[in-house]
Amino acid sequence: MSKFKKKKKGLPAISTASLPDIVFMLLFFFMVSTTMRETDLLLKKPVLPTASEVKKLEHKSLVSTIYVGKSKDARIAGDKIQVNDKIIDINDIPSFIFSERALRKEEEVKYMTTSIKADKEANVGTILDIKEQLRDINALKISFSTTKGADIKSNYK
Amino acid sequence: MARRENSEINAGSMADIAFLLLIFFLVTTTMDVDSGIARKLPEKSEDTPEVTIKEKNILDIVVNRNNALLVENEFVEVSDIKRLAMDFIDNGGGLSTPKADKPGEPCDYCNGAKDPASSDHPTKAIISLQSDRGTTYGMYVSIQNEVEAAYNELRNKLALKKYNRTYKDLLSEYKDNATESLKDKINFLKDSYPQIISEPEPIK
Repeated sequence: MSKFKKKKKGLPAISTASLPDIVFMLLFFFMVSTTMRETDLLLKKPVLPTASEVKKLEHKSLVSTIYVGKSKDARIAGDKIQVNDKIIDINDIPSFIFSERALRKEEEVKYMTTSIKADKEANVGTILDIKEQLRDINALKISFSTTKGADIKSNYK
Repeated sequence: MARRENSEINAGSMADIAFLLLIFFLVTTTMDVDSGIARKLPEKSEDTPEVTIKEKNILDIVVNRNNALLVENEFVEVSDIKRLAMDFIDNGGGLSTPKADKPGEPCDYCNGAKDPASSDHPTKAIISLQSDRGTTYGMYVSIQNEVEAAYNELRNKLALKKYNRTYKDLLSEYKDNATESLKDKINFLKDSYPQIISEPEPIK
């Protein structure tokens, strides 16, 4: 028993050694959770065109993104359309928008924007088809996603 | 073995380092904002009334599948579109659309050539962009960008003349505090140079 009594003398300082661990835990949480929202691209990563007159998209939660680009498989020609985590047909775009709308509150629906992230080599025909589909279901706010820059010439070389 | 008590490394600053990293990641991950050219699609309605528009009030932009551009039947470069569009919109050669209570009036803020063969009034000037299905998207966005730039510059000029500040400045202030007077100013500028862009069916 005498051994225990000896240790009790003097108040030990509170150890802060575990503080870094807690902070690191938070750090890893943010590192992981912020990349989790990115959708896995099944297409070749679209090279966005450059534009100078860009507007930032506000309210990220109200934006639904449509990707347009070439398939990763070089043998498959033509433009492919991807939403969320799957490649879809043009005719499925309305159902995608409806499912996006179902996730939002009713009063927010009119502020929803569709962002089109298309490769600069994609055909305008595909884009116009998408626009037509969006018009059909009254999803009228769209944004052609671009990178900001002054070098417009690189778009069509 | 006498130095054993000193062997513990001070880990107090470890938290600071980790916080620094944490803040860095918090900031950088939100920096990646999606930006682009905003467009509003025209509503689809069952019965569109037939409207007759004078040929001179339409600026015809045609782009084919080889990314070659025609503006009013002349070959041009993309970089020319902005100037051509500005000349066309700001021409002010005639009267505006008559409203219910007042007749059409000439454009008193236009700085254009007042050419009778070009557009009558900015509120009447229509830009028509006819593309081919095979045009590349990059080209299409470039044209849209140039047209947008033309409108922005015209609004900017008018804003500088009327309110002594740029249109961009007004917009960014409106974002920070949305007051009624600012909204009126922005709407006035938008109404003075409304964006009327028509995109007919693409060439097959």
